[in-house]
Amino acid sequence: MPRLGADMTAGKVVKWLKQPGDRVRRGEVIAIVETDKANVDVESFIAGVLEKILVEPGDERLPVGTPLALIRAEGAAGPAAPAAAAAVLTPAPVPPAAVAPAAVSVTAVPVVLAPAAAAGERARVSPAARKRALELQLDPARLTGTGPEGRVTLADVERAAQAAPAARAEPSAADVAAARQLRMRVAIATSMARSKREIPHYYLACTIDMGRALAWLAERNAGRAVTERLIYAVLLIKATALALREVPELNGFWIDNRAQQSEAIHAGIAITLRGGGLVAPALHNADQQALDDLMRGFQDLVKRARAWSLRSSEMADPTVTITSLGERGVESVFGIITPPQLALVGFGTPLERPWVVGGQVVPRPLLTATLSGDHRATDGHRGALFLAAVDRLLQQPEAL
Amino acid sequence: MTEDDIRVRVINTLFGIVPELDPGGLKPAVSLRDQLDIDSMDFLNFLIALHQEFGVDVPEADAPKLGTIDACVDYLAQALRQRAQA
Repeated sequence: MPRLGADMTAGKVVKWLKQPGDRVRRGEVIAIVETDKANVDVESFIAGVLEKILVEPGDERLPVGTPLALIRAEGAAGPAAPAAAAAVLTPAPVPPAAVAPAAVSVTAVPVVLAPAAAAGERARVSPAARKRALELQLDPARLTGTGPEGRVTLADVERAAQAAPAARAEPSAADVAAARQLRMRVAIATSMARSKREIPHYYLACTIDMGRALAWLAERNAGRAVTERLIYAVLLIKATALALREVPELNGFWIDNRAQQSEAIHAGIAITLRGGGLVAPALHNADQQALDDLMRGFQDLVKRARAWSLRSSEMADPTVTITSLGERGVESVFGIITPPQLALVGFGTPLERPWVVGGQVVPRPLLTATLSGDHRATDGHRGALFLAAVDRLLQQPEAL
Repeated sequence: MTEDDIRVRVINTLFGIVPELDPGGLKPAVSLRDQLDIDSMDFLNFLIALHQEFGVDVPEADAPKLGTIDACVDYLAQALRQRAQA
């Protein structure tokens, strides 16, 4: 059972997308796991053959670290000895290291944690269809798709459900949603209480003139089809990611009583879910992506977060969190750091305000950017340099 | 296509963005942002979905003209008329 986010302690296997004997590629989605915050696509971190499924889908919540399946690494020969497999099956909450059957002649690896990996191919299933299929306990990967490029649509799922009416009484969709809401609140409560208990936050704010950035954006969007437009949040994400390159002490984790910087910059984007709650999955390598790619990734992430269909690497990888409450006119947000991350960056709404430029008072769209930093890892001075870098980068939007 | 047809298809399109939408409670003249708590990403996705549904690409400058259901119906009806005449 992979740890899909710092606050996760247990999860349920909802569905296996691969069966014993199937080949799996590195990064390919092999199972769906339900955490307190989402249904997450679990990606394999090695290539090989799925040797054995150790945990069938069900209601049992398994502690993080429980082996879920054995995958024979590519190139390893010979079937797994049954005795070895049985030995792996026995005690659930054992740390993965103790479980790897090293004494056996095959290289069988318990699926425990999927690090960032290139996304493999997966069944084309629309997020809404996947959600509905899970509610109906159907395997979306096995349905016949009639959508564009054979995509499985919501209508396909409903058709399949009618063709094979479930004899068993299932909890209603409303009950499932309510239970999810409750679990998500508990997960948020645990994480935020831990943050306020353990992390000595410092808070900084600066005012950024968004005039150039918004004018550049309007001009860029003017001639573009609706599918190719950017929203200004993407500029904020890119500027934040680039500024973190300059002040890398803010990017990473506090683990074992010390700060551990991350070389990769994976921006966790706080996404509000309809009906309450939020998740902050990763936009990977946000500093290296072109704005168009970031926009597409962002759109995709929001869509899938709201359909409870995120990937394990997206849940586990964020090295910093970005939140924006600007849509409802909030001027500034001083956020609570997501443990064990080192910082959270917040953006308010750009508001037309008087601003002094060259000795003249002029109306400008002003935005408040904030930083919540872990004072164990950094001091306010480094935080101030970071916010200054965000400001400077947003004055040159064409270079983002 | 009548305006009623357009209205039904606009509301169906909105379902894709706001799955918990209650069509009975929808106020056709009130801002979608205010009554449905949609943000700029949702709104852009709504415009993209309208584009797929009607084949009408709403220019950035016209986006504010689609703030309510009534306004969407008016705008699309006019765009579809212009296209038919062209």
